[in-house]
Amino acid sequence: MSELNERPVKVQVRQLTKKFGDLLVLDNVSFDIRKGEFLCVVGPTGCGKTTFLNLLTRLIEPTSGQLLIDGEPADARRHDLAFVFQESSAFPWLTVEQNIGFGLGIKHVPAAEAKKRVDRILELMGLEAYRKAYPGQLSVSSEQRMVIGRAFAMEPDLLLMDEPYGQMDIKMRFYLEDEVIRLWQQLGTTVVFITHNIEEAVYLAERVLILTNKPASIKEEVAIDLPRPRQVSDPRFIELRRHITEQIKWW
Amino acid sequence: METLTPKLCLRGVEKTFWDKKGRATPVLDQVSFDVRDQEFLVLLGPGLCGKSVLLQLIAGLDEPTAGQILLDGQPIQGPTPKVSMVFQKTGLLAWKTVLENVEIGPKYAGVPREERRRTARRFIEMVGLAGFENAWPRQLSGGMKQRVGIARAYAAAPELLVLDEPFGALDAQTRYVMEEEILRIWEQEKKTVIFVTNNIEEAVYLGDRVVLLSSCPARVKNVYPIRLPRPRDMLSAEFLALREEISAAMDLSV
Repeated sequence: MSELNERPVKVQVRQLTKKFGDLLVLDNVSFDIRKGEFLCVVGPTGCGKTTFLNLLTRLIEPTSGQLLIDGEPADARRHDLAFVFQESSAFPWLTVEQNIGFGLGIKHVPAAEAKKRVDRILELMGLEAYRKAYPGQLSVSSEQRMVIGRAFAMEPDLLLMDEPYGQMDIKMRFYLEDEVIRLWQQLGTTVVFITHNIEEAVYLAERVLILTNKPASIKEEVAIDLPRPRQVSDPRFIELRRHITEQIKWW
Repeated sequence: METLTPKLCLRGVEKTFWDKKGRATPVLDQVSFDVRDQEFLVLLGPGLCGKSVLLQLIAGLDEPTAGQILLDGQPIQGPTPKVSMVFQKTGLLAWKTVLENVEIGPKYAGVPREERRRTARRFIEMVGLAGFENAWPRQLSGGMKQRVGIARAYAAAPELLVLDEPFGALDAQTRYVMEEEILRIWEQEKKTVIFVTNNIEEAVYLGDRVVLLSSCPARVKNVYPIRLPRPRDMLSAEFLALREEISAAMDLSV
């Protein structure tokens, strides 16, 4: 992966502000996301992370400010925005391969290309044997892996992940974090990953964006330039984790 | 913590369920360990390993297929006020206020109104919710509901507290706050605690000892004494090394 600052800018967030009535939730947030970047966003509980994410996915409209993709205003008809939530959003009536290919059908990707992409995702995730299985036949973690595969299969302009591993045990989380890094490295997707877990942010990100308490604004940007695979007990890893934890600690 | 009197003894506990066709599903396999008086013992196991079944046996809600569970040397026979539980899904009564929820244990034990209200107020204050006595559960955040659940469990004056993944549904930061809180309360009240979790970091942060269970059917894989002084630093080399050691020994949940 080339140096982060040499890559072209993919997404520009400009003076993004959101008010609900008189309540200011997001205050004048501006930053860039580079093409193929893995960006993590952390912040104190209740700081407005979900509002922030809903603005990026265009599920809600900002009070003011702009979101540009490749220099144009983000538009669901023109751009592909994919997202993964904490709760599984698998379609229970579709098989694993139909789930993974679902978005490709919506976007009218030609059948041959769609099949190629689905096969690649199944192979990368080691889910070939479960191709014809239904989500109800999978474990919770495999189901979430499938949902993540479905998002990557879109080869989206921007992939937003909101605490996808929130409630999983630590061992499963380590395993899935390595998997998402592998998918990202293989496919070069631009990812924004929101988490409460600072260790996870330092393990995954090329850059961490720290939000302030509500109304959320950007407190600090931290570049994570550790080589991969990263070691959680590496002194530099611990130093970064400690620093970021101190920035959001309120207890 | 060096006292040798076990509060709770599990001896070769087994539990098997049979379906209508007579097929057996073994869930607990020869589980034996002791919980010492006033100990903070953590039960750690992967998801779906049988932890909750084991807790149901300890709470007297079900009987083991084989083996024995002794509380203060006496076999557990059915539910007893000596054991209080705190659940992940707090189980607060939605139509009762915080105070009414917390006083429920002493109320059913026949404690007079004035006295049980005094007890309830003391434990509500202990968990940091003074001023919320008349609030309804729906008005509280997830962390606050867990505090009410903890106050309710303590107010019942149990011999043994069993906490079943109480912080599993909280976000990572609220969880750190609650972990500090539960240790403060435990040090203050000096009760025996069994704390169940699938989170290795939480286990090493909290426990005097960590009992590691295998995947289903659950066996005791290992028992780890955690000799780090409190408050523990989750980023210290010793802490991370222990977390790594236990992580390597723990089965991946299915």
